[in-house]
Amino acid sequence: MSTRLIYFAWVRERIGKPQEDVELPDGIETVADLLRWLKSRGEEYEHALQYPDVIRVAINQEHVEHREKISGAREIALFPPMTGG
Amino acid sequence: MPGAVVPTVRIQAEDFDVAAEIAKMTQGRADIGAVVTFSGLCRDEAGRLAALELEHYPGMAEVEIGRIAAEAVHRWPLQGITAIHRHGRIAPGENIVLVVAASTHRQAAFEAANFLMDYLKSRAPFWKKEHHTDGSEGGWVDAKEADDEAASRWKQAN
Repeated sequence: MSTRLIYFAWVRERIGKPQEDVELPDGIETVADLLRWLKSRGEEYEHALQYPDVIRVAINQEHVEHREKISGAREIALFPPMTGG
Repeated sequence: MPGAVVPTVRIQAEDFDVAAEIAKMTQGRADIGAVVTFSGLCRDEAGRLAALELEHYPGMAEVEIGRIAAEAVHRWPLQGITAIHRHGRIAPGENIVLVVAASTHRQAAFEAANFLMDYLKSRAPFWKKEHHTDGSEGGWVDAKEADDEAASRWKQAN
């Protein structure tokens, strides 16, 4: 099953695309695992996810912690801390 | 007993009319004693800023602000609550965000509006990028720790 990854703000700019569909390899169970795996996919990902602790994540449009399991996620969004209002 | 309050949440590129939003909330009823509004505007940062560009997560932006507004309805005796957030390019002096809260008495309306803004700033998926008057791109606005702290003071011990 493929998972849609969506990027916003400087995460989007650094990775160089607004979204992509990926097949997650076995062993990627949590958000933290996903960030670690993505970071290894190339320079642009390394640049965007250099400090994974600051990256905020939403699964199916709901905020989650990095320890959250991602099984069954259709849509996972990665973005910097929000600055609305 | 009035029905449950359904929050009004809109994410839009176009401007909003503060007076019209108050009128929508209060028209045809005589039980509201207090309406508090908060408008957030784009500052020019002493002439340095040409515009803000607001990026948002379509879908989640509405849902997340709706969740925060529903929490406000749960915590305070409100008769209405509206949140409007703009996206796209916004020039100094223009509106960015509006919160309207109505209640029988002022305290609940003030607190609910304050709560909604504090949570919206740290949880609603919006990001501001600055464009400078000298033509340069100013980069993404950094999140402020003070905003996270402002939101955390509303946390309830459950």
